[in-house]
Amino acid sequence: MKKELTLSTSPFLHDSASTKWIMFQVIYALLPVIAAATFFFGLSALLLIAVSVMACLITERMFTKTRQQEASSLKDGSAVITGILLALTLPPGFPLWMAFIGGVAAIGMGKMIWGGLGQNIFNPALLGRAFLQSAFPTAITTWSVPDGRYFGLRGTNLALPFFQGESLDAVTTATPLALMKFQQEGTEWLSLLVGNTSGSLGETSAALLMLAGVYLGIRRVFDWRIPLSIILTVFLLSGVFYLINPERFPSPDFMLLSGGLLLGAVFMATDPVTSPYTSKGIWYFGFGIGFLVVLIRLFGGLPEGVMYAVLLMNSVTPLLNKFTRRRVYGHLKNG
Amino acid sequence: MLLTFSNGVHPQEFKGWTHEKAIERLPFFEDYVIPLSQHIGAPAKSLVRKGQKVSRGELIAEPTAYLSVAYHSPVDGFVTAIELAEHPGGKMVPSIKIKADRFSAQRMSKKTINWKSLSSKEFSQQLQQSGMVGLGGAAFPSHVKFAVPDDKKCDYLIINGCECEPFLTADHRVMAEYPEEVMKGIEILHHFLKPKKTYIGIEANKADAINKLTQAAKQYPALSVEIVTLEVKYPQGAEKMLISAILKKEVPSGTIPLDGGYLVSNVGTVAAVAEYFESAKPLIERIVTISGSNIKRPANLLVPIGTSLKQVLEACGGFKSSASGESTRILLGGPMMGMAQKSLDVPIVKGTSGILALSPAEVRNFDTYKCIRCGRCLDACPMFLNPSTLGLLAKKGMYEEMLEENLLDCMECASCSYVCPSGIPLVQSFRVAKAINRERKVA
Ligand code: SF4
Ligand code: SF4
Repeated sequence: MKKELTLSTSPFLHDSASTKWIMFQVIYALLPVIAAATFFFGLSALLLIAVSVMACLITERMFTKTRQQEASSLKDGSAVITGILLALTLPPGFPLWMAFIGGVAAIGMGKMIWGGLGQNIFNPALLGRAFLQSAFPTAITTWSVPDGRYFGLRGTNLALPFFQGESLDAVTTATPLALMKFQQEGTEWLSLLVGNTSGSLGETSAALLMLAGVYLGIRRVFDWRIPLSIILTVFLLSGVFYLINPERFPSPDFMLLSGGLLLGAVFMATDPVTSPYTSKGIWYFGFGIGFLVVLIRLFGGLPEGVMYAVLLMNSVTPLLNKFTRRRVYGHLKNG
Repeated sequence: MLLTFSNGVHPQEFKGWTHEKAIERLPFFEDYVIPLSQHIGAPAKSLVRKGQKVSRGELIAEPTAYLSVAYHSPVDGFVTAIELAEHPGGKMVPSIKIKADRFSAQRMSKKTINWKSLSSKEFSQQLQQSGMVGLGGAAFPSHVKFAVPDDKKCDYLIINGCECEPFLTADHRVMAEYPEEVMKGIEILHHFLKPKKTYIGIEANKADAINKLTQAAKQYPALSVEIVTLEVKYPQGAEKMLISAILKKEVPSGTIPLDGGYLVSNVGTVAAVAEYFESAKPLIERIVTISGSNIKRPANLLVPIGTSLKQVLEACGGFKSSASGESTRILLGGPMMGMAQKSLDVPIVKGTSGILALSPAEVRNFDTYKCIRCGRCLDACPMFLNPSTLGLLAKKGMYEEMLEENLLDCMECASCSYVCPSGIPLVQSFRVAKAINRERKVA
């Protein structure tokens, strides 16, 4: 009989889900979305994603090096997710060098200065996107039409820093949301579902995003209550407005399928680090995002509200966690 | 809908290896070690000398306080030493070593004890003399547990047949093979405790036990026993969770179940109580599940207390040959709350419900990551604590702040560590924090 016994304390069993597994599930769920983006926007999509992911990985590596941390923080896959998600929020013709800066900002400002994985308040990808929005307001709202040119680069992709190359290939168009907002013009339901519309890389195919959401929910990778509460709130609230004045307000299904709503609900709001973890907090968080999205889209100056809605609710997440603590077993009151 | 409590986890059961294996008696070996503190409370005092002959079931150590129990020789034989020996808990404790008489048939004369004529006090004294403790694992002296003080009342007697720890099937076999003993034990307890109602809580994965007990309960219509089928979920067998599941009541923080009129007892203990009053055989053996992927022949064995782990494991064929060259992990108790052992020389004690030999593959070693605030631990904790916050505080060494986060309500069920995807040693650090806070309080 063998004498060498390993000693440690219980428990000696562990659930099969590890943080790395969770992160890689998210990456797998993103692959079809990446494929769709490539299908609609060609090489531009792949290049943007590659550059953004590279920027995130390099930044994460730099920070862990300077902080003498274990290099394992690259292994967990979270930087890859941030890179992909950031790229998916960008327009297809976005200059690559700007995307790189976005990636650096996302990881550097969005995650590492807070202390790395798990410590940050804001979703890093959205923070990177918000940074780009304020730094390059024109480039980030220049949308090109999906034209099925797989290898034709959107000319603006290769623009060099400080040379505005936007006139090179200016087949741009307004997104469905902007059309709605500024010209009161609806887009075909089916085009939205398939994704054959203009918009950012990842916000185009509603059907794929929903499938990804269902997959991640069933595998218990993320908390399904978050996307569900967002979608319900947006649907019901915009439904009320639509019933009041269908001329002025968009229909609820349009609200759900257009813009980055599904991308945000499925992949951004569900980031465990920046969403609440108490049961009640999760519902409030989802309701809050849904409410803000509708408010910003219908009454704000911007056609796109998901980014700000999620970031705003990120900022109240610590408070939500604090005030929705569950009563401890055997105690009369909270706390 | 099966009854259950909120939160909890669903670990893989691993009960298939032994749940249909009938209880077998382990043969007698030569050497026995009886630590004098196998129970919770003051150690017992030896009554024997080195070289003295003892017979099976003979009293060899007496209780030294109210919270203390008697010990008996598991075999006919003689005392070889009274000295410090290693206890499965890791400490060296005073122990009586006994060598078995090779020519003895190890029989014991039987006599019944007329329990109906006993007063409550005499009943309690009898239990203390029998060495009875809770067999579910905690080893709390039964005579204290079943003595209801005058200012309290036992309204609900709850018999715990959940056995929610993976691998373990000892209680399951007791219920399936000795349902009459269980009912007899309930009858005895009912006589002294006079509960309004008695429940037997059993998880739904033990259908045969539920059937057998339902049949046996029909013989005792006067007892008002209800058998309750519960959802298979860990830690369903924790006292508080069982009360939540069956009666939908909580035990207020800082009180014990009996304050609310509940008394929960493990089913194996109830059967052992019946056996004592029917045959006068004190607690000198118990049923132990031997299982795990590294055991050649998993089994449920009736083992004399004091037998070394090594002998029990050898009787089960030892470790699988594939284990050679790899380290194996030996646990006493279940994988969620059990204790790892570094030596196979320690004895089976009164609280040993199982011996598990796990291969390294089963004991998954996780890379640890930072807390990603996923909330899985909050959804797992049956006490509704926030293990994530507690874990962050523990990491910073803020042990006193952990008290404000209700550290003391943690029952160390390990559900949080089980689910944490970042592999954070949550319950492990809570145990340390509790110990440090205890010391600081004393200092
Ligand atoms: S905090 Fe304590 S009671 Fe809660 S799951 Fe962890 S070990 Fe169990
Ligand atoms: S399960 Fe682990 S990673 Fe998730 S919140 Fe709890 S401690 Fe953090």
